[in-house]
Amino acid sequence: MTTNYEHHEYDVLIIGAGGAGLRAAIEAKQRGLKVGIITKSLLGKAHTVMAEGGMAAAMGNVYPEDNWKVHFRDTMRGGKYLNNYRMAELHAKEAPQRVWELEQWGALFDRTKDGKILQRDFGGHRYARLAHVGDRTGLELIRTLQQKVVSMGTDVFMECKVLQLVHDASGRVAGCVAYWRANGEFVTFSAKAVILATGGAGKSWKFTSNSWEGTGDGHAMALWAGAKLIDMECIQFHPTGMVWPLSVRGLLVTEGVRGDGGVLRNSNGERFMFNYVADMFRAETADSEAEADRWYDDHAAGRRPPELLPRDEVARAINAEVKAGRGSPHGGVFLDIGSRRTPEFIRRRLPSMYHQFMELAGVDITKEAMEIGPTCHYIMGGVQVDAETAATAVAGLFAAGEVAGGMHGANRLGGNSLSDLIVFGKRAGEGAADYVEGFQGSSDLDRAEVESAIAEALAPFERESGENPYDIQRDLQEMMQANVGIIRTGAELEFANAELDKFAERVANIKVSGGRAYNPGWNLATDLPSMITVSRTTTRGALERKESRGGHTRDDFPKTDAEFGTFNFAHQMTQGGTWQSSITTERSTLLELPAELKAILEEAN
Amino acid sequence: MSTVTMRVWRGDANGGDFQQFELEKNEGEVVLDVIHRIQATEAPDLACRWNCKAGKCGSCAVEINGKPRLMCMTRLDTLPEGAITVTPMRTFPIIRDLVTDVSFNYAMAERVPALLPPEMPEGGYRMFQEDVERGQEFRKCIECFMCQDVCHVIRDHEENKVNYAGPRFFIRYAELEMHPLDTNDRRDLVREEMGLGYCNITKCCTEVCPEHIHITDNAIIPLKERVVDAHYDPIAWLGRSIRRKTKRSAAEAAVQPAP
Repeated sequence: MTTNYEHHEYDVLIIGAGGAGLRAAIEAKQRGLKVGIITKSLLGKAHTVMAEGGMAAAMGNVYPEDNWKVHFRDTMRGGKYLNNYRMAELHAKEAPQRVWELEQWGALFDRTKDGKILQRDFGGHRYARLAHVGDRTGLELIRTLQQKVVSMGTDVFMECKVLQLVHDASGRVAGCVAYWRANGEFVTFSAKAVILATGGAGKSWKFTSNSWEGTGDGHAMALWAGAKLIDMECIQFHPTGMVWPLSVRGLLVTEGVRGDGGVLRNSNGERFMFNYVADMFRAETADSEAEADRWYDDHAAGRRPPELLPRDEVARAINAEVKAGRGSPHGGVFLDIGSRRTPEFIRRRLPSMYHQFMELAGVDITKEAMEIGPTCHYIMGGVQVDAETAATAVAGLFAAGEVAGGMHGANRLGGNSLSDLIVFGKRAGEGAADYVEGFQGSSDLDRAEVESAIAEALAPFERESGENPYDIQRDLQEMMQANVGIIRTGAELEFANAELDKFAERVANIKVSGGRAYNPGWNLATDLPSMITVSRTTTRGALERKESRGGHTRDDFPKTDAEFGTFNFAHQMTQGGTWQSSITTERSTLLELPAELKAILEEAN
Repeated sequence: MSTVTMRVWRGDANGGDFQQFELEKNEGEVVLDVIHRIQATEAPDLACRWNCKAGKCGSCAVEINGKPRLMCMTRLDTLPEGAITVTPMRTFPIIRDLVTDVSFNYAMAERVPALLPPEMPEGGYRMFQEDVERGQEFRKCIECFMCQDVCHVIRDHEENKVNYAGPRFFIRYAELEMHPLDTNDRRDLVREEMGLGYCNITKCCTEVCPEHIHITDNAIIPLKERVVDAHYDPIAWLGRSIRRKTKRSAAEAAVQPAP
């Protein structure tokens, strides 16, 4: 039986309305194509708004000696060389132009004295490089892109949840099936090209900075549709999330606090980061507090403070201090800026942090230290794409932003995410537009795929009995936090892998109460298959990667192993897979660096 | 362990009623935490919007004890003793429970003529901090739409919505008017079609703004002055005629520039 659903047709269909999706839409629209954007929230609410510190671009406004080569080198070193070098290269070269472009569309960045875009220091970046607006840069980015997209008259489908990508008879991705959250009715979309820009997957962990949306829908849908996922074991635990009160545990505290002079202390008052400088960073890191403090005003007067090492290094150090019994009362460490900068400076540079701690924790950060600890923040892993075009292994399917893998390697530097969104959002829009212009044929959706996705979505209403999706989500988050967290062991990962099969059975037996109109329980039931798929690939990759590198730390393999630095773990399903299909994991060899880029990495270490 | 009583409005466009829930109260919790616990246990289909849970996205605006508030930023221990009443924003049509149809705001956003800057020089524009700061205040807006909700011009007057942009968009127009790079002139549009004159500066919008934007003092009043100057002040009229060489007229501005 075939039912007729509401149906829309586009040249380019974009799933996700954060920075990458909106930037892709602008590009495709500028090419004169018919563009549609689908978002499961309202426009302007995507997780991009949560980004605080800034976007990295080697404009050289504060340090003229900065350039794309230094940015490229910092990105590769931060990623522990697991990056797709070509993505890191394009990103470093194109980011400045993408940032300047935002000003043409209305963005108002903070300025230098001579009227240029001001740039701030962040972890892992040799020079002050982050264009920013106080500590609300993500809001500025999304609002700018949103206003541009709206002024161009682009169709935006808000609160519309995509369930699955749909192929045509030739096996290319030709659209998707979704439902309207407001009334629960189904809707199909066909398109010549589909761009995934669905963001991250942190919601599979208990303590996370991610909103409810970060369920890895795009990662999962791409895998089910035949694309490859790489580096899924590389998860960034941001060093500074709030730890108290429990209600806000995991909520992000911007790295800008450290960039602007904040330091980390343990319960003895010691600036412990000096004890955790890895060999790789020793030559460029200060070895005394006096030297580190000189650096803030003049980068030539001293080496970088160790608080500004890449995020994976800082998160592991905090974890070790807490484990050693030198933590704060609520299981974190102290982040202190109040004793180091004036209240005026703090309120001007970090207004939303001031507000956040004052209102939610009753802490005045101009006077008291913050209690912070690592929080699941970002997934470096994602859909394997072609650097130039953002094309995936499946014809017609493109991916950009956090859902794409490769750009950040094993660990992302702060500030490289917002710039990633605009650089590769634009490239995905161009790549899709080129594909559409060369495309011949129709986009007839495979009706069987549409019907099976809808039947699966409705099944939780039809079961006589079954489990509450909220119980499954809570248990999944606790299990992943405990076994696939910041420090991992083979035994725990094996346990998690087996547990995930049990979770899959529970997800297949969900019972949803209530109707289809704006039912969050049902919506969660449709998110859980994605969360299972993400958790499985992360666990699988973590088991296979028998070394420690970036956002993947194995207690039983604490060292970095050079051989593991030559490939990514790539996960795949056979085409037409469902969330319950089996996953194969293979080694995917990294691209060989050309000699001139190799030379950049080797110089000035 | 102390408890909290929640009276949550439930229903849809056809009507509804309050449902009462008794829950444990935990230290440091905000209203959204309690709503989430209700969803996870007694009422998995209780509809509410939320995203960031950090006061940055503006999704979870409702009325708490009759006042527009963000659920994620309202700590239980700041509310008076007794039952906490949670209702959807009154100015917008109900979809379900605490979720309202805020499409009015998105329709108004579509009518805003875009920024029209001069061509960008090599190496980017030069702007100065003191010049961008005025606009930056308005760009803090998280689009929670609580200022729209509380504005009496539309709160109880559905018929005014077609001709009234509301405080959220007055700050947007003010931002563009004060933008160092803009060459569009939206003053006639704001006066004639966006209903700036309906606002009688009671400052209700400013009071509810979670970003503490001085909506009335820094946006609406200066915008009113500019619009009035443009129309009734002969010197300003002369100035405007001269400035038209660079600043486009409202009629031209109302047409979206080509992408």
